[in-house]
Amino acid sequence: MNSPVIGAKYIFMDAQTFETTKEQKTEARMITGAEAVMECLLAEGVDLMFGYPGGAIMPVYDALYSYSDRLKHVLVRHEQGAIHAAQGYARVTGKVGVGLVTSGPAATNAVTGIADAMLDSTPVVVISGQVGSTLIGTDAFQEIDVVGITQPITKWNYQITRPEDIPWAFARAFYIARHGRPGPVVLDITKDAQFGKFMFQYQRMKSIRSYTPVHVAEQDKIEEAASLINLAKKPLALIGQGVVLGGAEKELLAFIEKTGIPAAWTILGLSALPTDHPLNVGMLGMHGNYGPNIKTNEADLILGIGMRFDDRVTADTKKYATKAKIIHMEIDPAEINKIMHADVPLLGDVKDTLPRLTEKVSSNDHSEWLQEFHACSRVEHERLIDKDLNPSKPELSMGEVVHRVSAAFNDDAIMVTDVGQHQMVGTRYFRFKQTRSVVTSGGLGTMGFGIPAAIGAKMGKPDRPVVLFVGDGGFQMTIQELGTIYQEKVPVKIVLLNNNFLGMVRQWQELFFDLRYASTEMINPDFQTIAKGYYLPSVKVTDRKNLDAAIKEMAESDGPFLMEVVVEKEGNVFPMVPAGASISDIRLE
Amino acid sequence: MKQEFTLTIYSENRVGLLSQITTVFTRRHINIESLTTSESAIKGIHKFTIVVFSTREDIEKLVRQIEKRIDVLKAYVFAQDEIVHQEVALYKVPTEALLNGNDVEYLVRKYSARILEMTPEYTVIEKTGHKAETQELFDKLDPYGVTQFTRSGRVAVNKLKQEPLTDFLRKLEEDTRK
Ligand SMILES: Cc1ncc(C[n+]2csc(CCOP(=O)(O)OP(=O)(O)O)c2C)c(N)n1
Repeated sequence: MNSPVIGAKYIFMDAQTFETTKEQKTEARMITGAEAVMECLLAEGVDLMFGYPGGAIMPVYDALYSYSDRLKHVLVRHEQGAIHAAQGYARVTGKVGVGLVTSGPAATNAVTGIADAMLDSTPVVVISGQVGSTLIGTDAFQEIDVVGITQPITKWNYQITRPEDIPWAFARAFYIARHGRPGPVVLDITKDAQFGKFMFQYQRMKSIRSYTPVHVAEQDKIEEAASLINLAKKPLALIGQGVVLGGAEKELLAFIEKTGIPAAWTILGLSALPTDHPLNVGMLGMHGNYGPNIKTNEADLILGIGMRFDDRVTADTKKYATKAKIIHMEIDPAEINKIMHADVPLLGDVKDTLPRLTEKVSSNDHSEWLQEFHACSRVEHERLIDKDLNPSKPELSMGEVVHRVSAAFNDDAIMVTDVGQHQMVGTRYFRFKQTRSVVTSGGLGTMGFGIPAAIGAKMGKPDRPVVLFVGDGGFQMTIQELGTIYQEKVPVKIVLLNNNFLGMVRQWQELFFDLRYASTEMINPDFQTIAKGYYLPSVKVTDRKNLDAAIKEMAESDGPFLMEVVVEKEGNVFPMVPAGASISDIRLE
Repeated sequence: MKQEFTLTIYSENRVGLLSQITTVFTRRHINIESLTTSESAIKGIHKFTIVVFSTREDIEKLVRQIEKRIDVLKAYVFAQDEIVHQEVALYKVPTEALLNGNDVEYLVRKYSARILEMTPEYTVIEKTGHKAETQELFDKLDPYGVTQFTRSGRVAVNKLKQEPLTDFLRKLEEDTRK
């Protein structure tokens, strides 16, 4: 190509390149667009997807009928559930989750899940049917501008109007969803593109000119960071989901063990480090532990490791890390200096950055500094945790339930949560031995996430126990997915923490709105009867003396199980950093 | 401190990119003062030239959000003194105004404008220049009855020796070959 290139002689490069080895390139043959969708999914290693059929996606479902031996499809009860299930699957396996929905209302139902995946960097590919290409833009039946609606909440999206574009678009979609900082991709396929026949051949994508998924940290920056680390007296590492997404758990251990740096975690960084690791000092942020919060403002060096200084972690940024220099290890250039100025930015995959840093730092020991965290932990135990886990009141606390359920599964289950008080209590008190054991909606805070995400998590890791903690509010937001659990016999263990309130909002009303409980009290149905209707074995606990037996029954049951625990109506989650305050103003009660 | 910046954004030539780029501005409440889009000198690559008033810090964050869009290749920020730029303005006045005295003709000469078309009813005058200049001519012509006025978005070239995108693409190409 001899185009008049500014300054340079030639630019050969194509807008994208494909993998060309034999295994990666399939034989060319004449098939329909819908069959091509199946072939693309198989070529990308997909064997499970979650969806709901309808008019504009019927050709794809028809093709699915012939591929059902190789591609399992789980029929959910609402499209939001399809995406959350795909997310749950992706979060525990590290693979791309796939959702399949029809046009119009189905695509809009999927929007919440897509947005959730965007904020939590979860690799999902959502395939939506679209009306025929000649009808686009005419307000046809069930036509909606899916690409327009999902543009701000996807990493990439594309409307396919010709069957020939299917292989290319799928190769791109999977490449983008899983590379760099993962995220959701939407492919909107018109009905005529599903019907049309063409010569199909598939190649996976190797690179995209306009997208550099991973940068590599410069060596001089690594050295600069190493010397800051060597000089630091009070360093604190903040572990984010980047460690999990990069599969850098071992590299993280090697780094903190060599340097002796205490490590705290964000809600999505949870389980990257085993709970009982001596350097694990607990959770950051609004309902995190006392020590890591107040010590952030005493630290002289903060190392953000695959995390993004979310406002739930930092609270008031002007009063955050006030004495510290910041080293920020991050894969996404847009996160560097977005919230906190990084004295040393280390742009790259932590899987690469951490070992290079470990090599350059000297062995160290920060046991005195670590003792300060232990002292904080003792304060937190005395004033709060001990009461949470062993309450003297007759009402059950969420904390004691979480604590005992965790123990019943040998502290080695996958924990899924919905959103609210139980989510914070779950992340505070559940204990972990292995990574990728937490599935929770961190960024979007989506109530209703829990049940479908638990289905996806269990189907992704059938050999591990999956425990869901859910509130009575969130349970009723996607309660219909109990139908999916029944149909697919998904053995998830559901712990419904019923306080007959929208607990988290009620807590705010109590603390900041003069106890004015506007629309937070829930007059609930009998969840036991509902469980019965869904053929879901269940037990209801209202008294502490029955708790252990109920947990045992749940843990020993083979299939799905619901344990409803009636907990204290007006329990509060502490510690708490009030909104807008500094993390140093964290309240213990 | 808020000041004027010119952004040059290079992207793949794909449907919907303009809206992807403009939503980044909308989300951050940054107003677009002017916007021009065209094919760049490289085949298949599109160029957007966008003028905004903002602080250096905000604009840098904005640029990283723009570059985050998969089909955007690269975005560059230039301060006022780092570019040479130009705009075009068209003014439509009744031809009568030129016939009744020399004032309009004098203005055309003084402002180095030119007459594009003249009919018995109207005359179209064109002026290239910076916004202040084309605005000044508008203010001067207005008393003679400007019936239509339009100003283009900015076009700009930077003062660097090499177009930075070229280096960027060359490096990319080397990396892919490796
Ligand atoms: C879809 C959605 N709507 C509203 C909210 C706001 N919200 C956050 S927590 C919460 C209360 C949750 O109540 P419940 O599910 O009973 O759990 P609890 O806090 O009692 O544990 C609400 C309404 C939300 N996060 N998501």
